[in-house]
Amino acid sequence: MDLSQVLEIVSRTDPGMVRAHNEDAVYANSGLGMAILADGMGGYNAGEVASGMVTTLLGSELEKAFKQPETRLIDQDGRQQTRSLLEAEISRANNAVYQAAQSQPQYAGMGTTLVMAVFYDNAITVAHIGDSRLYRLRGEEFSQVTRDHSLLQEQIDNGMLTVEQARTSQNKNLVTRAVGVDPSVESEIHEYATLPGDIYLLCSDGLNDMVEDEEIGMTLQMLSANLALAATQLVQMANDNGGRDNVSVILVRVKREFPAPQGLGGWLARLLAWFK
Amino acid sequence: MAKLTLSMDGMMLKEIPLIKERTTIGRKPHNDIQIDNLAISGEHAVIVAILNDAFLEDLESTNGTNVNGQPIKKHFLQNGDVIELGKYRLKYRSEALQQTSQADFERTMIIRPGMMPKSPGPGDAKAAMNDTQAGMPPPPLPAVDRPIARDPVPEPPAAVLRGAIQILSGANAGKEMELTKTLSTLGKPGVQVAVITRRPHGYFITHVEGATFPAVNGKQLDSQAHPLHDHDIIELAGIKMEFFLKD
Repeated sequence: MDLSQVLEIVSRTDPGMVRAHNEDAVYANSGLGMAILADGMGGYNAGEVASGMVTTLLGSELEKAFKQPETRLIDQDGRQQTRSLLEAEISRANNAVYQAAQSQPQYAGMGTTLVMAVFYDNAITVAHIGDSRLYRLRGEEFSQVTRDHSLLQEQIDNGMLTVEQARTSQNKNLVTRAVGVDPSVESEIHEYATLPGDIYLLCSDGLNDMVEDEEIGMTLQMLSANLALAATQLVQMANDNGGRDNVSVILVRVKREFPAPQGLGGWLARLLAWFK
Repeated sequence: MAKLTLSMDGMMLKEIPLIKERTTIGRKPHNDIQIDNLAISGEHAVIVAILNDAFLEDLESTNGTNVNGQPIKKHFLQNGDVIELGKYRLKYRSEALQQTSQADFERTMIIRPGMMPKSPGPGDAKAAMNDTQAGMPPPPLPAVDRPIARDPVPEPPAAVLRGAIQILSGANAGKEMELTKTLSTLGKPGVQVAVITRRPHGYFITHVEGATFPAVNGKQLDSQAHPLHDHDIIELAGIKMEFFLKD
C-alpha cells in the first residue's frame, strides 16, 4: 500500500553550533510509511559511521521487506509480523555495527541510539534503543511516547531524582542501551493506534536537551499547518539556545485513515472475523 | 572531578576533591573530611556521588546542616552551593564546569553497570568503580572535535528584547499584543497565518499558510523569515498592524 498520500514527512538534521561533525542520521520513506533516526557515539567521528550504517541498513532491508505483499499481510498476528521483522532487522544492523567496531581500531566502542516508526493499518509501530525520542501531538495534547534508556530515567523511575532535579543533573546523555556496542541488543517495541491529524516527532537529544518539551509542543501546535517550517523552527530554537549537540528531527503527519487492504492473503482473516 | 572548598570566617582552609562514592564529614577522625570542632557531630553528614551528580545528607547531627542558609535533610548539590556546618563552609563545585573541551559536553555515551564513563582521577576509589575494562576493546583516543563558529550568533543584546504588535485596522484596531513568547501566530488559521519568532538577536516574521504572503512596509514577503524592525507595518489577511520595540 502506498502511503505517500496519507503521510506527510519532513526531516532535518543539523550539526548544531558547537560540534564540527554531525553524527546524527535520518531516513524517511513516506510511501512505505517509515521514519528512522539515529544519534551516533564513539571516538573520532565513529559515531557518524555507526548512525549512518544503522539508518542505511534498516532503511534498505525494510524497503525490500515491505515491497513484498506477504510481509504486509494482515492476519491475526498482523502486528506481530511487523514487530518480529523489526527485531530481526535491528539485530542484523546491530551485528553489522558491532563487527565493524571490532575490526577497526578507530571504530572501537562505536554505537548509536535508534528511534524508528513504521506506519501501517491505522497504527504506528515504534522501536527505540537509547535516548532518542518519539513524541506525539494529538489535538492540543503533546506527550513523550518513548521512555529513555538512560541513567537519568532509571533514577527518576526508582525515585532517586525528581524530573526537576534531572534537568540540572551532570549525568546527562548517559544511555543504558545502544546499537552496536554488544553482540546482541534489546529494542523496546510498542504499537499504538493512530488518528487522522496526529503529528509524530522523532528527535535526537540535541533537541530536547536544548528546548523544553512545552516549547516543542507549542511550536508544533502553532506551526502544524506548515510541517517544513515547524521542523526548521525546532532546529533553530535548539541552536538559538546554544546548540551544544547535533540536532535532528523527523515530523510525520497522518492526513487520513489508512486501513490495510485485505488482498489475496486476507481471506483467512476475513473468515476468522466472520466467526468472531 | 567535583570538589569542595573548606573555609571558615572567609579564610580558605583546604580543597577536597570528591573521588569516593561516599565522602563522610564529621568530628571523629575516621571521617573523610574531619572537622575538629565541638559544634560538629561525630558523624555529621555525608556526600554521596552518582558519577557526576552529588547528594548531601545530614546524618541526624545535633546542630544540623544548612545549604545556602536553608536547613536540609537531603539535598541534590548544584554548582556553587555553600554547605554550612557550624562556622565552617564547604563550597561545592561540580565537575562539568571544569571540562577542558566544550565539545565533550553533551556527548552521548553508553554506561554499563560498574563502569565510569570518564577515566578515574588519582587515588582510585572503591567498589562502584570496579574495572570492567578487562574483556573490552581499549577505549578510543579522545576525539579532537574542535568547536567551530558557524554563522556566529551575534552578541546577546544588553537589554531583554520586548516587542509588540498594535492593530491598526479592522475590528480590533487599537488593540496591542505583547510578543513575550518564542512564537506568536497572527491571522486566520486555514486562511492566512504568519508567525513572529522571538530570537536572541531580534524578531522575525515568517509565512506559515495561506494563498498570499504577508507584506511588510508594502512589500510582499517570500517564504523566508524576514527580520522585523521598529515601526515596521505588517499587512496580513487584510489587516494592518505595526510592530514596535518597547524601549
